[in-house]
Amino acid sequence: MSLRWRTLTALAWRDTRTTRRRLVLSMSSIAIGVAALVAVDSYSADVVRSIHVQARGLLGADLSVTAHHPLPAPALAMLDTLRTRGAKETRVTTFSSMALVSGGKGTRLVQVRAMGAGAPYYGVIETSPTDKWKELQSAPNAIVDSALLIALDAKIGDTLSLGYARFSIIATLRNVPGDVGIAAALGPRVYIPDRYLAETKLLGFGSRADYESLVKLPATIDADVFAKSHRELFDSLQLRAKSVADTERSLTRSIEQLGRFLGLVGLIALLLGGTGVASALRAYMAEKIDTIAVLRCLGASAAQVVWMFIIEAAGLGFAGALMGVVLGVAAQLVLPHVLGTFIPVDVVPQLELIPALSGLALGTWVGILFALGPVLGVRNVAPLQVLRRDDSASAARSAWRDPLRIVAALVLVASVVAVCIARADSAIVGLWMSAGITAAIGATWFAAMLCARAARRLAQLPWRFVVRHGIANLDRPGNQTRPVVLALGFGAFLLGTLALVQGNLLRQIASTADASAANLAFFDVQTDQAAPLDSMFSARSLPSLSRTPIVPMRIAGYTSRKPKPPERRATDSARATGGEESRGGDRARPSWAVRREYRSSYRDSVASSEKIIAGKWWSTPGPDADGVFEISVEQSLAEELGVIVGDTITWDVQGVRIRSRITSLREVQWARFEPNFFVVFQPAALREAPQSFVLLTRVNDDGARATLQRDAVLRFPNVSTIDLSLIENAVGKILARVSLAVRFMALFSVVTGILVLVSAVAASRRQRVRESVLLKTLGATRAQIVRMLFTEYALLGAIGSVAGILLAVGGGWAAVHFIFKAPFTVSPLALTVVAALTMLLTIVTGLFAARDVFAETPMAALREV
Amino acid sequence: MLRDVSFTIADGDFVAIVGPSGSGKTTLLGLLAGLDTPSAGSVLIDDVNLATLSEDARARLRGEKVGFVFQSFQLIPTLTALENVRVPLDLRGDDSAGSRASELLARVGLADRTHHYPVRLSGGEQQRVAIARAFVNSPRVLFADEPTGNLDHDTGVRIVELLEQLNRDAKTTVIIVTHDLELAARAHRMIRLSDGAVVEDRVRGA
Repeated sequence: MSLRWRTLTALAWRDTRTTRRRLVLSMSSIAIGVAALVAVDSYSADVVRSIHVQARGLLGADLSVTAHHPLPAPALAMLDTLRTRGAKETRVTTFSSMALVSGGKGTRLVQVRAMGAGAPYYGVIETSPTDKWKELQSAPNAIVDSALLIALDAKIGDTLSLGYARFSIIATLRNVPGDVGIAAALGPRVYIPDRYLAETKLLGFGSRADYESLVKLPATIDADVFAKSHRELFDSLQLRAKSVADTERSLTRSIEQLGRFLGLVGLIALLLGGTGVASALRAYMAEKIDTIAVLRCLGASAAQVVWMFIIEAAGLGFAGALMGVVLGVAAQLVLPHVLGTFIPVDVVPQLELIPALSGLALGTWVGILFALGPVLGVRNVAPLQVLRRDDSASAARSAWRDPLRIVAALVLVASVVAVCIARADSAIVGLWMSAGITAAIGATWFAAMLCARAARRLAQLPWRFVVRHGIANLDRPGNQTRPVVLALGFGAFLLGTLALVQGNLLRQIASTADASAANLAFFDVQTDQAAPLDSMFSARSLPSLSRTPIVPMRIAGYTSRKPKPPERRATDSARATGGEESRGGDRARPSWAVRREYRSSYRDSVASSEKIIAGKWWSTPGPDADGVFEISVEQSLAEELGVIVGDTITWDVQGVRIRSRITSLREVQWARFEPNFFVVFQPAALREAPQSFVLLTRVNDDGARATLQRDAVLRFPNVSTIDLSLIENAVGKILARVSLAVRFMALFSVVTGILVLVSAVAASRRQRVRESVLLKTLGATRAQIVRMLFTEYALLGAIGSVAGILLAVGGGWAAVHFIFKAPFTVSPLALTVVAALTMLLTIVTGLFAARDVFAETPMAALREV
Repeated sequence: MLRDVSFTIADGDFVAIVGPSGSGKTTLLGLLAGLDTPSAGSVLIDDVNLATLSEDARARLRGEKVGFVFQSFQLIPTLTALENVRVPLDLRGDDSAGSRASELLARVGLADRTHHYPVRLSGGEQQRVAIARAFVNSPRVLFADEPTGNLDHDTGVRIVELLEQLNRDAKTTVIIVTHDLELAARAHRMIRLSDGAVVEDRVRGA
C-alpha cells in the first residue's frame, strides 16, 4: 500500500471538509438510537444495582412466609424452632377494608397493614412528620397515605374507623421501601399495630387477607438455603416463602425484561438510523465520483479509495455514537421521572461504563456496516471517469452479483441477529425479534419500491404538469423514496400501534361510562346482610343490578382425560389405572392452579361477559344419580389444569366434599368490571354452602354514591365497597403512565425518523436546486415549484403513513390479541390523526429543507451548480 | 463586473457575444435574460423593463418570450426527450404542448427519439432536444450559452446551422455567448467584451 494509514485518514478527513454539516445530520440519526440504548441499559443497570443494595429493605426481613389463611400449626412450630435458634419473628396482616374518618366525609376502600412489633426489620418507613413510625405500636395509632387524608378531607389527629375499632392518625407515609408509587392509586395504605387487629372484627368469613411472617435470621442461618430446604413443607401448607435473594432475583428479572423491551425500541431506532446513514452515504458517494476518479488517476488503488471512505464512515459512526452516549447518559436522568412510579427502589443514577462503551461500539459498528454497501460500490469507478463524464449514478452502480457486497450484506444481517440474540432472553426470542424487525423493515421497503414503480407509470398519465413532475420525482435517479418511506412508515407504525393498543385497552375498562352499567360494588356481604342492603338500595330508588354469591373452596382432587405430551404419559396412565383421583400429583410441584383458593359462584344462566366455547350449560337442575354436580370452567384454567369437558373435579368447600363434572368451558372477558369466575356451579350444588355476596348498583351522583357507601359501612362495618369509577380512574392513570414510558422510548424512533427524513431530503438537495433553477429559467414560477415539491412530499407522506398504518393495524392486533388477550377493534380516528401528522410532518420538513431552492436565483443555471 | 455596457439588439438579429474567460459574458447573458438583476442600469425586452418585474413575473416573461440553450444541455433526466421539450408549454398550461413538441423534435431531426431519456442520447442529440425545447414556446429571443462547448467540431457546426435555420424561419432573435471565434464569425453581429466593458461591436459586412 503506497498510501499509509495516516495519509488515508488525513485524506478522509479533508474529503469531508465541504460536507461536514450534512454529515453531522446523518451522524445524528445514529446518535438517537445509541442514546436510547445507552439510556435504557444504564438505567436498568442503575436499578439492578439499587435493588442489590436495598433488597433486604424491600423485603423488610431475611425471610418472609406468606399465606392466604392464618399460619397453620406446623408453620408456627417451624417458626418457634427458628426462634430458639436465635431468629426474631413478627407478623404482618394485609387486607382490604373500608375506612372512614370521624368528622370527615365519605369512605374509602383502603389496604390495611397490621404490623407486628419490630416490623420491618430492615429498611425505614419514612413518615411525615418524621420519626413517627416508632410511635405506631404505642397506642391504637394509624399511619396512612396522604392520598387518604385528601380523599376523606381529614387531617393528622383525626380518628380513623376500621370496622369496629378506632385509630388515631399520627402521621402520613413519605416512603415505604418496595412499594411502587402507583400502588396507592388502587387503595391508599393504612398501617396499624397488629395487636388491635382483632378489635376491628374485620377478618370474618370469606374475607381475603394475606398473613405474613417476617423473620430476621441469625448469621448462622442462610435464608436462601433455609427456604429451599423447606420448600416441600411450605408447598404442602400452601405457604409462599421468599428470601432476600428471591426478592432480588425476581425484581432483577422483571427490570431486565422491562429493559429488554424498551431496549428493543432503541434498537429499532438505531437500525433506522443505520438506513439513514446508508442512504446519505449513497447520495454522498454519487457526488464523490469525480474525486474518486481523480484519486484513481493520481495512482490510488481501488482498495485505498474504499479504505478511505470506510475510515470516513467509521469516523462518522464513532462521532455519532459518541454524541449518542452523551445524549443517552443525559436521558438516563430523565427516565426515572418517566418510569419511577413502577420501580420499587430509590434509584441512584451513575455513569454506567458497560452500557456506555457497548453503545459506543455498537453505534460505530452500525455506521460502518450500513456504509459498506454504498462505499464498496465505488470500486467500479474508473480513472477514465475524469475524462468522460458519465451519469454519476450509473458509474457507482454495482452489480447485484458483486461478491464483496453480498458478503457485506450478510455481515449486516448476521450482526443484527447477533445483537438481537444478545439482548433477548434466549436465542429463539432473539431470532423472532430479528425476524420481526426484518419483516417490518422489509415490508416498508417493499412498499416504497412499489411506489417508486407506480410513480413511473403514474407520471405517464395526463396530469397537470406540476403534479406529473412531482410524481415523477419519486422515481428519479438518486431518489430518496425508500429511506424516506422507511423512516416515515416506521414512525407511523410505532405511533399507530401505540394509539390502537391504548385505545383498545381504554375502551375495555370504560364500561362504567355506560349509563346502565354498575359503578358501585359491595363485597363480603354476609348472608344475613344481603337483604337489608338490598332494601337500602330500594329505599333510595337505586337498582340492585346483581347479587352474586361467592363460595371459597379448594381442589381436593381431579381426573384428566386430556391427552398429555408423551413424557408425562407414564405417570398419567399409572394414575388412570389406579383409578384414584390425583391432586396434580403427577408433577414434582403441584401447580398454582391446583393449590390456589378458588372463589367460585353459582348461577342459572350465562353472564353477558362470557361465552360457552365447548360443551353445554346445565342440562338438569340437580346432581346426577351419583351425586355429581355440573360445573363450567374458564378455558385458560382448563388448559392450566389439563382438563376437558367430561372430566371430574372434587372440591373441598369448608371441609365438605362436593363432586363435580365439567359440562362446559367458557371464554371470559376479564377486563370488564363484572363479577367473573374461573368456576361456576349449578345452583343446587352450592346454595346451602357458607357464602358471601357481591352486590352491584349504580349511583349516578358522586355525592349520593359517597353517602350510600358511608351509610352502608356504618351499618355493616365488615362490608367493603368499591367505587368502580375510582378503579377506572386508577387503571386509566396506570395505563397513562405505561404508555408515557413506551411513548418516551418511541420518541427516539420518531426523532430518528425525522432526522433520516431531513438528511434524505438534504442528500438530494443539490440535484433538486439545480433542477428547480433550470425550471425557473424555463419560466416556472415559485408557486409552480412549491406545488411540485408539495406533490412529491405529500405523496411520500401518504405512502409512508399508509404503509405504517397497515403495519400498525397488524402490530396492534398482535399486541392486543396475544399480549392482552382482548378483542381488537380498529379506531379510524386515531389512525387518521397519525396519518395526518405524518403527512404534515413530511410536507413541512420537505419544504423547509428545500428552502434553498427558493433562495437561488436562476443565474445559477448558467454558472453550473 | 460589468460597466458602461449599452446596446440594442434588433428583432430577428443573430448576435454573438465573445470575450475571454472572466470578461463578463455569462453575467451579461444572465442580466439580458432576467436571471439576475443589475445593480444599476436596466434591461428591456420588447420594451418591458425587467427591473420593474418581480422574480415570478420575469419567469413568466421567460416562459413566453425567451428560449435557452446551455453548454451542458440541462435536460431533466427523469423526462423523455418529448417531455423535456414540452416543459415550457406545460408550465404555461398550454394544451397544444404535445403536438407542438413532436413537431419541433421532427424539425431538429429527432422524430424517432421522442421517447428516449437524456442518458440514452448522444451529446449532439441532447443539445438538439435542448434547442427544440428553447423554440417550443416560439420565443422572441433565444439565449445560447456556449452551445457547442461540450460538443465535437462537426456536431457543433450542425448545431449552429440548426440555430441559424430557426433564426431565419421563425424570425427569432438569437444571442449566443461563446469564445469560439469560428462560431462567432457566423453571426450577423459580434459584441466583444473585455474586463466587463464592450471593446468591439461590429456588424458583419458593414
